[in-house]
Amino acid sequence: MSGSNLRPATTGDPMSETEFRQETMVINMGPQHPSTHGVLRLLLELDGETVVACKPIVGYLHTGIEKNTEYRTWMQGIAYVTRADYLSPFFNELAYCLAVERLLGIEAPPRAQVLRVMFCEMNRIASHLVWLATSGLELGAVSVMLYGFREREQILDVFEAATGLRMNHAYIRIGGVIMDLPPESTERIGDFIDMMPGRIHEFETLLSTNPIWLERNVGVGVLPPEDALRFGVTGPTLRASGVPRDVRKDEPYGGYDTYEFDVITRSTADCFARYEVRLEEMKQSLRIIGQCLERLREPGPVMVEDPKVRWPAQLEVGPDGIGNSNAYVQHIMEESMEALIHHFKMVTEGVHVPEGETYQVVESPRGELGYYVVSDGEHRPYRVKIRDPSFVNLQATAEMVEGGLIADAIAVIASIDPVMGGVDR
Amino acid sequence: MIAAELAERVRAISPDVVIARDEVTAFVHPEELLGTLAGLRDDAELSFDALSSLTVVDWPDRVPRFWVAYELYSMAHRHRLRVKVGLPAEDPRVASITPMFPTANWHEREAWDFFGVVFEGHPDLVRILLPDDWEGFPLRKTEELGGVDTRYQGAFIPPVDRRTT
Repeated sequence: MSGSNLRPATTGDPMSETEFRQETMVINMGPQHPSTHGVLRLLLELDGETVVACKPIVGYLHTGIEKNTEYRTWMQGIAYVTRADYLSPFFNELAYCLAVERLLGIEAPPRAQVLRVMFCEMNRIASHLVWLATSGLELGAVSVMLYGFREREQILDVFEAATGLRMNHAYIRIGGVIMDLPPESTERIGDFIDMMPGRIHEFETLLSTNPIWLERNVGVGVLPPEDALRFGVTGPTLRASGVPRDVRKDEPYGGYDTYEFDVITRSTADCFARYEVRLEEMKQSLRIIGQCLERLREPGPVMVEDPKVRWPAQLEVGPDGIGNSNAYVQHIMEESMEALIHHFKMVTEGVHVPEGETYQVVESPRGELGYYVVSDGEHRPYRVKIRDPSFVNLQATAEMVEGGLIADAIAVIASIDPVMGGVDR
Repeated sequence: MIAAELAERVRAISPDVVIARDEVTAFVHPEELLGTLAGLRDDAELSFDALSSLTVVDWPDRVPRFWVAYELYSMAHRHRLRVKVGLPAEDPRVASITPMFPTANWHEREAWDFFGVVFEGHPDLVRILLPDDWEGFPLRKTEELGGVDTRYQGAFIPPVDRRTT
């Protein structure tokens, strides 16, 4: 760190202006601080109110997800990776499953692919809403916090009805998704996408011309495109710097090349540009969800037929609230020994993946989410590496914060939208 | 560019190239890493100007044991390439690519943290996700899952898999 206050004292009048200016203070922001989005710690060197140097320190939320996946079956891996970036669980599941599917040489049925895209886009809106809510709170717009979480709750209700959980769903599985939509889901999602444009307009009227919001965001935390590319920044933060990079368009996966949507960019590269990009992206996600609902009119399977891949159980919620189909339980317990053996092998060992390695990227709400998956031919992953976008984007923090005011550091961190669960894994 | 064309083009810079599942992988000698990456970046048709990811895979029974995988991406041509470098079991070290790709800074720190691979010339090669005083490199295959004593109320509690009660 340059210009540290730990250097030997120089001679001369200690009260002269040059001497006084050299006196800097090193403070810790975090790891426990309401505006660090979890447990991010910033080591800040301050000259008065101005940040001279900034060093992000991460790792407080490390849970060893990558190591854990090596000790579980391929299918159990989904339950781990979905907990990495907890605000974008569907994206983690999707990237992991696409990677495993490529190693297996299989592809999910069309209806499963549409469901995956639809849940990912709803997840993107939910994640951007949390971003809007928390950054609003950090910059003093408390009402936005309440509205953001209110709208997000409606998305989580749909998730809960379809997957059983509000977060960490493990809904996307190797070879498809675990089950089809419950009744009336499409109506609820349809109502949501009808309601949402009005709500987004409400956010815009609250913030886009709000003098305090403009004062805190316009011209703050500028990241020129060449710096963004140097630090490997991706996602809305990169697009706000004017680079139209979106994995959904550049390297389409899961059928994204068949949907109509625009890549949103801004050229001012400041916190306000990132706000605008995320708000516009929510509208594009609504467009994609609308197209998904059209395609979901076609019924079809949601999981591959291969019995060596698909989960053996048949699920239905019975009157006791338990999810196993009674007919299926009777079949394996009383009628067929082979079915029981197959069920046992699939549950305990599961799918065997041929030897090889692959790298799969998807566009998560925070940028390029990559999974490098290595198999040695066993029933467990040999190595799963998660390239989390927040982890990489945080490297650019110093570039945006240094030279600005300490209050702007809050706005900058908020505008990157880091999720520490993904950073520390 | 389709995988076969890409592989052919890469072979002009680095001869050992394989294609698997439409993904191209180049195997590079550790001492030639920087020169190869510069060549891949400066070739107009390849222009691998972005590093997407960097990680290590540990194969204790293979020689060399540690394989560093660099995932390269071309912003202009939108194609990908994996560059792999094999490092020995004893004292694995390779040149840092942080001066060439600043984004590699944290990736290399993570690889050091988890696998103990030294990246020579890295500006600040210290642990990133684990505590500074951690001993060992937990993502090596020779290290167990868990297995860390936990201090609780003045005593050390053994890890879950080694508790007797």
